[in-house]
Amino acid sequence: MARLDLETVATRTRDQELQEGDRAATKMSTSGGLRPATEPSPGISFGEPLFVLRDLSFWYGNKPALADVTMAFPVNRVTALIGPSGCGKSTLLRCLNRMNELIPGVRLTGEVTYHSQDIYASDIDPVEVRRRIGMVFQKPNPFPKSIYDNVAFGARVNGYRGDMDELVERSLKQAALFDEVKDDLRKSGLALSGGQQQRLCIARALAVGPDVILMDEPCSALDPFATLKIEDLIRELVEDFTIIIVTHNMQQAARVSDFTAFMLAGEDGAGRLIEYGPTEKVFTNPEEQRTEDYITGRFG
Amino acid sequence: MAAPVIILRATGRVARRQALSRGSRWVLLAASLVGVGVLAYLAYDTIDTGASRLTWDFLTSYPSRFAERAGLRSSIIGTVWVLGATIVLALPVAIGTAIWIEEFAPKNPLLTVVKLNLANLAGVPSIIYGILGLAVFVRFASLGPSILAGALTLAAMIIPMTVIAAQEAIRQVPQSLRDGSLALGATHWQTVRHHVLPQALPGIMTGIILAVSRAAGETAALIMLGAFTFIAWDNTNLFEDFTTVPIQIYNWTVRPRQQGFQVNASAAIIVLMAAVLTLNLIAAVIRERFRHE
Amino acid sequence: MQQTLYPGGPGAVHQALRKRPLKRRGEFLIMGMLVLCATVSLVTTGLIIYVLFSESATFFREVSLADFFLETEWQPLFDPVSFGIWELVMGTFNVVFWALVMAVPIGMATAIYLSEYAAPRTRRVLKPVLESLAGVPTVVYAYFAVNVITLQILRPLLGNDLPIFNSLSASIMLAVMVLPTIASMSEDAMASVPRDLREAAYGLGATRLEVAVRVVVPAALSGVMASILLAIARAIGETMIVAIAAGSTPRLTLSPLESIQTMTGYMLQVGLGDAARGTIDYQSLFAVAAMLFLITFAFNVASTMLVNRFREVYE
Repeated sequence: MARLDLETVATRTRDQELQEGDRAATKMSTSGGLRPATEPSPGISFGEPLFVLRDLSFWYGNKPALADVTMAFPVNRVTALIGPSGCGKSTLLRCLNRMNELIPGVRLTGEVTYHSQDIYASDIDPVEVRRRIGMVFQKPNPFPKSIYDNVAFGARVNGYRGDMDELVERSLKQAALFDEVKDDLRKSGLALSGGQQQRLCIARALAVGPDVILMDEPCSALDPFATLKIEDLIRELVEDFTIIIVTHNMQQAARVSDFTAFMLAGEDGAGRLIEYGPTEKVFTNPEEQRTEDYITGRFG
Repeated sequence: MAAPVIILRATGRVARRQALSRGSRWVLLAASLVGVGVLAYLAYDTIDTGASRLTWDFLTSYPSRFAERAGLRSSIIGTVWVLGATIVLALPVAIGTAIWIEEFAPKNPLLTVVKLNLANLAGVPSIIYGILGLAVFVRFASLGPSILAGALTLAAMIIPMTVIAAQEAIRQVPQSLRDGSLALGATHWQTVRHHVLPQALPGIMTGIILAVSRAAGETAALIMLGAFTFIAWDNTNLFEDFTTVPIQIYNWTVRPRQQGFQVNASAAIIVLMAAVLTLNLIAAVIRERFRHE
Repeated sequence: MQQTLYPGGPGAVHQALRKRPLKRRGEFLIMGMLVLCATVSLVTTGLIIYVLFSESATFFREVSLADFFLETEWQPLFDPVSFGIWELVMGTFNVVFWALVMAVPIGMATAIYLSEYAAPRTRRVLKPVLESLAGVPTVVYAYFAVNVITLQILRPLLGNDLPIFNSLSASIMLAVMVLPTIASMSEDAMASVPRDLREAAYGLGATRLEVAVRVVVPAALSGVMASILLAIARAIGETMIVAIAAGSTPRLTLSPLESIQTMTGYMLQVGLGDAARGTIDYQSLFAVAAMLFLITFAFNVASTMLVNRFREVYE
């Protein structure tokens, strides 16, 4: 389907969000149990959470980066993490697939569960975690290989035995890139435009067969038109995947997300969760003065 | 009538200082050209002396007591053998060491020791490597002054500089590439094998080619091993005695001047320099070609 | 959609994510091999030290340390034999000293020109050409020291009394050999002096020469010193040039116009003579090598320390 009127699409999704948020809230009040131990922001609730964070704190060396974050992420929704630079939102994202461990001298306390499994338990393999929790980075980082090999790499190293051509095509279609590149899959991934590169990175992540995609400011290096295409894609992907997106751009958070978490660094430099709720509510009727200040552009 | 004119032209002391500064440019330029000038003159002198001797016969004849019959055949073959064996021995060890240091080594005092040790080994004079080879490979391991002993010695000599070049190349690989691969559930080794190494390969190749060109010109270490025998056959295996082009140059240089061996030395220098410059050129081309990607 | 990823019911997620040591055993093997590679260089150092000092120990059972350091004559071949190291150390010092007298000013001038005066294009051409001087095999320089420097230049200038093997010809070629080390490393140091330091000096009305000599060179001094120390280490360890051109007469002199012998020159002489194992000649080789190793080691370490200090200041 050709998406000519992006404005309408964005509006429609926002309406959907509102209804779904209400529905989830209703369901929550009856089902009870699955809330995090300490409720960070009353009024947010949904069914079975995918991730649950309890008292998550994180340090780079002696520098605290996150303090006591407790929150849950819903399945098949887009959750946006917003906040000024240095508020710990990217760090939080990287805690969800253990990418943070690659930096020497980091320390983590608290708990992160994925489908109720503690992913930092001693017998859990971070490599297995990462192949189920995909990630897309701030700057498009396709491998300096062909488009085909970019998509096939993850599946290959994970021992995929099916029809590779079919997987590549399916992943590229899911990432809304196939029509643009189908004539020459042997072309280098680096020869694509920035927006295409980022969609290639999304296709690459999808080919591994994750159920979550973490996106770390995926549009910050892209022009407005490429950004809209990615946002469109996010709304499509959320039918099948859970998406958690870090963004600097508040309009983007408002356009694509179902839930929004606002973070802010304290005086010690550690990021804290300030407010978390359905996007519509956070943007129109925030509980916290600091959230309102940030959203209305009074600081940050 | 005369409006006050502000003169910005230098006068007096300032003018002298400026003149001195302008003059210094030419003095300094002249000094910078000294090295280039020496190189150019040496090249001219060698070609002038040796070019006439540089015939096909010269390249394909065995050494001889008579200058006009002597040639480089056995030393060229010996050089190719010993360098080939050196590359086979040094390359995997050097790349393995660099990968371990840059990618896998725990950041602890042992790593610091390994790094410091490499830096110091790179500064050890080549003749000391020759003595190591003499005591360990030639005598203790009873390899004699063979191609294998020579290659082991040269490998020990070039591993440190190759490791340092390979480390540099691996460090240049952007972290985003590693992140991209790891986030797809590739293991650290798969990431290194499929992304870091291919990306660092041009830099590693440049390093190894420069190191091999150093080994190609090495003389002292091989003489210490005892690789100074008269070879009038073609080498066929690693356990034979050998000679190399630089050893042959040394040999001809120290002969009594009247016998005409100096012309042979010049001709052999043309051959050696052509080989070394070709290696350096290849390294430079690889570096330039991959820098822009 | 979500559920299909973990169809096994409770525990399936744990099952999917847990560590499987067997699956990664190939990689454990590779890790082991990488560690093995890294130990090669440690073993090399260990062997060098062991070889040098164990054979030297045998030597010092025959020749006392006192004789080695207090005798002034190095006379290993004719009776009465005498092993006073200073003649060889002095020989090395002689050639290295005169080489530095030539290489340091020219190298510094080159570095200043490249860093402060040359247009970027000139620099891009000139620097690699200079660095290629470092790639010339030293046996080639040795050939030139005798055939060009002594016979075509020094003898016509200084007369035929000049011995054909003299330390000056060796020093000149050593200077050419270390020139790229000094010029290139010093240029790197000067190029990393921050721009604002230069601009401050220009702002006060300094000329280009004054900025270079009074601001840039002092700011880059530890880097420049490091380059000189490294050049010294290289020159001390160089064998072919001095063995061929400087002669084989151990002598306590700093005169550049005499035939002398350096530590490396002596070592090569023994190496050529195929000294039988166990003879005093063979062992003296290791004693001299140990001395050479310690001296070059000291200069290399000093150079590295200065470079690190320079990096701390500007990076």
